[in-house]
Amino acid sequence: MKAGIVSYGGYVPRYRITPKEIGAVWGVDGEAMGRGLNIKCKSVPGPDEDVITMSVEAARDALRKAPHINPKDVGAIYVGSESHPYAVKPTATIVAEAIEAAPVMTAADYEFACKAGTAAIQTTMGLTLSDMYRYGMAIGADTSQGAPSDALEYSASAGAAAFVVGKDHLMATIDNTISYTTDTPDFWRREGQAYPSHGGRFTGEPAYFKHVIACANLLFKRAGTRPEDYDYAVFHQPNGKFPVRVGKMLGFNDKQMDTGLLVREIGNTYSGAIMVGLCAIFDIAKPGQRIFAVGYGSGAGSDGFDFTITGGIDEVDRKAGRTMRSMVEDAKFLDYATYAKFRKKIRMKEG
Amino acid sequence: MRSVSVIGVGETQFGELWDKSFRELGIEAGLRAIQDAKIAAENLDAIYVGNMSAGKFIDQEHVASLVADYSGLADQHLPTIRVEGGGACGAIAIHQAAMSIASGVHDIVIVGGAEKMTDVGDVEANEILSSTTDQEWESVFGATFAGLYAMMARRHMFEHGTTREQLAAVAVKNHKHGALNPNAQFQKEITMDMVLGAPRVAEPLGLFDCAPLSDGAGALVLCASDRARKFTDTPIDLIGTGHASDFIAVHDRRDLTTIDATVIAGKRAFHAARKTPNDVKVAEVHDNFTISEVMAIEDLRFVPKGKGGFATEDGETALNARVSVNTSGGLKARGYPVGATGVAQAVEIVRQLRGEVGKRQVSGAEVGLTHTLGGTGGTAVVHLFARGD
Repeated sequence: MKAGIVSYGGYVPRYRITPKEIGAVWGVDGEAMGRGLNIKCKSVPGPDEDVITMSVEAARDALRKAPHINPKDVGAIYVGSESHPYAVKPTATIVAEAIEAAPVMTAADYEFACKAGTAAIQTTMGLTLSDMYRYGMAIGADTSQGAPSDALEYSASAGAAAFVVGKDHLMATIDNTISYTTDTPDFWRREGQAYPSHGGRFTGEPAYFKHVIACANLLFKRAGTRPEDYDYAVFHQPNGKFPVRVGKMLGFNDKQMDTGLLVREIGNTYSGAIMVGLCAIFDIAKPGQRIFAVGYGSGAGSDGFDFTITGGIDEVDRKAGRTMRSMVEDAKFLDYATYAKFRKKIRMKEG
Repeated sequence: MRSVSVIGVGETQFGELWDKSFRELGIEAGLRAIQDAKIAAENLDAIYVGNMSAGKFIDQEHVASLVADYSGLADQHLPTIRVEGGGACGAIAIHQAAMSIASGVHDIVIVGGAEKMTDVGDVEANEILSSTTDQEWESVFGATFAGLYAMMARRHMFEHGTTREQLAAVAVKNHKHGALNPNAQFQKEITMDMVLGAPRVAEPLGLFDCAPLSDGAGALVLCASDRARKFTDTPIDLIGTGHASDFIAVHDRRDLTTIDATVIAGKRAFHAARKTPNDVKVAEVHDNFTISEVMAIEDLRFVPKGKGGFATEDGETALNARVSVNTSGGLKARGYPVGATGVAQAVEIVRQLRGEVGKRQVSGAEVGLTHTLGGTGGTAVVHLFARGD
């Protein structure tokens, strides 16, 4: 018996800002910065959006596409994010109420930098296989933080995805999953700090590349597969450069990676990143097609998944929601002043 | 005084060595030099270590004793000496070690140079580097290392007509050389357009005008020349050293386009060696910025004052040209682990004079030079080496 994906939903805010607009404020050649990062623009959450609202959008989208799912059968909701609005008080309970899955269920918030959402997929997968409940919902969502003028400001964006995981009505089976985890302090944010710190170039080779490549190779070994066995490949995408480079190093080509590579148009959605990439693939995937996915979270670890699309994909009403592509293309560009207001970087009068 | 020869050299890979610690780098370079010299630990009389700022980069002081210990030499109870002099500390360590032999106190000593710079972030690393400038009169007012060298570059362009392209030619040449050095941090050639189009760091200097932050180490085994042939058929003699200091702050200097410490150190070294710049066919000079190499080849009298940029542009300092400058790739391409620099330069010159560097070999090199700066020129050290046969 295999577990897999029963339905999926994604959400990306409409607002965008370009590296050029950000760079102009800090006296930096933003266009060159954007070219270096392979990012044309990044998404920006609206002033009334946060991880809770975006998680609800994605969760509702998943249920809208699969009317056969009774929300009361969703026995667990785990929300992975590094920008939960509350330090103490779960995002997941609010999502549970919003989709009417509460109260006979369990819920919790996860944090593992950019891979908390994929950790939630593995958790719900394990618990559904052990018959603790019929369906679990795994959400990855972030309104990620980049300190003004820091390199992260050019990429840190917002987005969310929700996957319903179960054993019946599968649109994609999870044929294999494996993780690779070490204690590698490449990126961190302490309690109470507004912005994260990072180890500069240390975030590359010994962090992202080491973990993604190690996890990918373990997954190939476990699955007994090679790059050419997959129709699609998607990797965590902190910028537009790393995933393309790591994909090429592993033997994938642009055609396999293009569909899931949303970072170029929406930036790094952190916990949402690989999951919105998967949503874009699910939007167009056909039965029998295979997907190779390896996420990455700083700190550090990678979760790898080997999916096969089943005939059940036709049971999912993919036209009921907006496609990821349409959300990516529905862009309203902001100037830096409006961006600063939306991101609450302008200090307002208190009380 | 006794003369001194190099009988063994060793170095590590240079670069962002994420999986190697300071002590591992020191041990690796040291053991390679000892193996190269074919000596045993019991032959050593002392250990000198050039290191700029392990205290700030890795929170570790007392590094000379540490390296001796982790090299398995604790039970030899050797005297261990750490030398600091900004970017010149490795070169000063060589001088101090050589004097200990020349004076008759020691017969065989090992000189190491090492720095582990990538355990801290880029911003912190640059702040640490800036601590070799005058904290009270330069750094505290926001002057960065690149900013100070940029002022020298601007003045050089104004007074001598040096062009942006001529500065870029230094980086292009040194990357070309680095591409031939398997231990270099950057083994990749770059184009003039890449240098000119790179993001600006401090006008007129861009990203490719600046040496990188690096990890790495080098080591030399020095021996009294009268004993050197017991260990090697190709001893390389240290035939002259000049070590000079100057005003540490750039604004106090006589001339922004000349590093007086280099001029004086060069004269002293050539005088001691009874050689002239025309005798030198291969030189490793301190190119922490492209303008530094332009000034160095002028101040060492390889070319007339003001002609460093023109000579570089005309290829006079390329491999096997009039004088081959920075065949290792220099600080720019081989890498710039600060404390290792002076020693790594000497490793390259010794190998060149032995004739063992393959594709980047300078033909017929009999005399080689190293030039190392501390800070922005508050210290300069010049060593001259020659084949001992």
